[in-house]
Amino acid sequence: MAVGSQPSYIRRAVLEPEPPPAASAAAPARTRARLFDGPFNTALTLVSIVIVVALAWPTVKFLFIDAVWTGSSRVDCLAETVGRDVGACWPFIKAKFTQFMYGFYPASEQWRVDVTYVLGAILLVPLLIPAVPSKGLNAVLFFGVFPVLAFFLLVGGVFGLPHVETRVWGGLLVTLVISFTGITLSLPLGVLLALGRRSEFPIIRTICVIFIEFWRGVPLITVLFFATYMLPLFLPDNWRIDALARVLIGVVLFAGAYMAEVVRGGLQAIPRGQFEGAMALGLGYWRMMGLVILPQALRLVIPGIVNSFIALFKDTTLVLIVAIFDLLGQLRAAFADPTWATPVTLFTGFAFAGMIYFVVSFGMSRYALFMERRLNIERPR
Amino acid sequence: MRTTKNEVAIEIIDLNKWFGKFHVLRDIDLKVMRGERIVVCGPSGSGKSTLLRCINRIEDWQRGRVIVDGTELTEDLKTIDEVRGEVGMVFQQFNLFPHLTVLENCTLAPIWVRKMPKMEAEEVARHYLRRVRIPEQADKYPAQLSGGQQQRVAIARALCMQPKIMLFDEPTSALDPEMVKEVLDTMVGLALDGMTMVVVSHEMGFARQVANRMVLLDDGQIVEVNEPAAFFSHPQHERTKLFLSQILR
Repeated sequence: MAVGSQPSYIRRAVLEPEPPPAASAAAPARTRARLFDGPFNTALTLVSIVIVVALAWPTVKFLFIDAVWTGSSRVDCLAETVGRDVGACWPFIKAKFTQFMYGFYPASEQWRVDVTYVLGAILLVPLLIPAVPSKGLNAVLFFGVFPVLAFFLLVGGVFGLPHVETRVWGGLLVTLVISFTGITLSLPLGVLLALGRRSEFPIIRTICVIFIEFWRGVPLITVLFFATYMLPLFLPDNWRIDALARVLIGVVLFAGAYMAEVVRGGLQAIPRGQFEGAMALGLGYWRMMGLVILPQALRLVIPGIVNSFIALFKDTTLVLIVAIFDLLGQLRAAFADPTWATPVTLFTGFAFAGMIYFVVSFGMSRYALFMERRLNIERPR
Repeated sequence: MRTTKNEVAIEIIDLNKWFGKFHVLRDIDLKVMRGERIVVCGPSGSGKSTLLRCINRIEDWQRGRVIVDGTELTEDLKTIDEVRGEVGMVFQQFNLFPHLTVLENCTLAPIWVRKMPKMEAEEVARHYLRRVRIPEQADKYPAQLSGGQQQRVAIARALCMQPKIMLFDEPTSALDPEMVKEVLDTMVGLALDGMTMVVVSHEMGFARQVANRMVLLDDGQIVEVNEPAAFFSHPQHERTKLFLSQILR
């Protein structure tokens, strides 16, 4: 290298960072610009509009525009009476509303169900909002105290409350009881099974594998059938367990097995280094799992967990097979009422139930997305 | 031969380990005294990391004994956890907990293992974060820090348990070169304060500066042990000479 040779480049003035250029148009304007900017895009846009209108218009027409809003029997919902095409028969829903909500729960005791709902809402809503403090206390109240209170309120037989047999429970009450119990118990059960399946002890591992594969191998209907009709044949006469309780146990065990595999997927995704880092600090097995591994693993599989919850919520409709009337079951019982038999009754009923299921499922889904974003804020994803 | 608690920090006797058929550690005998700094080096695949990880029983072994601070490491889980509380470990990949802040990473073990109250644990954590010279990062998440900073947090996290022995498994191998110095400086500081350290590393400059003894491991066996000066200037064994010739420094 020659002495005094010139470098090929030396910077004179150091550049300070500048802000980026403003977008030439806001995102919506850009999208609008793309809608009609070529034959293919134009055609696509027009076809999409046609599809949306073709689907949305009849729905809106049926549910709102052509709907009948007042009346007291089937006559009010017939096309001849009204003089035009009729859409949804909302008086039908109104007349059957208490049945859809409570089943055949005695009218004088329905306040107990209302109190349970309100209590549940009061405890659940603060738990869902991240900003509200004392989550630990809230969780204990909601998952520990509330179920006990709800049990006493709904079943009765104590504190002067008349006993209400579970046989007469129905509608949304039953749907919510089964879903709530299934969801809140299947997750801890699933976590324990997943940990057990990954255990180093062969006995624990084998038991967990057998449990999981058995419950995943049989359809839920079979489980409900067996629990309701076959199990009492095997148990001694004085061991009568309530029919709804048997269904709850079956649902929890079934859902727990599915949840176990979801959680196991999350556990497998955690790098070995996390386990080693925790072990090196002297945290024992349970502390390592509870403080380091499970918080990360469960966050990873929130989509899978919420999927299972939503599926469970909708699977509750299967209890109709064992003569328990959930929301859909109650609906079908209401269809049989001759007072309200019209061509639109079925559509109206299913639209109503569909809306309820959609609102709850979609609500769970969006909330999960919200929580995912919040929980993963600490890592760039 | 009784080991006095205060003198011998780590005693490894006839340690043998197999991974399946592969004999990864062969007849390892090593004694580390309190306050000593050992640097273990050798070609890759020689079993250096495995040996280190036997000291806190993250790896187990089929034959031999490991005695840490007078306590023999057996299959008993309680003893293992106790020993791990006294032995801090720093990993090549940092292994920080990404869902916790830097401060929470450091206070986790003192709170849950030593049952320290939260305020006290935070005091201790901040003290050690100052020691590794990143006190201002306490409320950040590990993903927001550079590699050198993350490794220093890992060192602070290990120190918060106030261990008697620190193990370092190639602590700077995953770092960009400009961050290696800050971590090595931290380790030198620890050494000068009298910490018993066993370091697996390729950083020969660091070894020369701080090590009491160099240990060369090759094919799972200890090939040569010597003071750094003699080790580097007059290697005795063939394999030591070969290894040193391959190190560029």
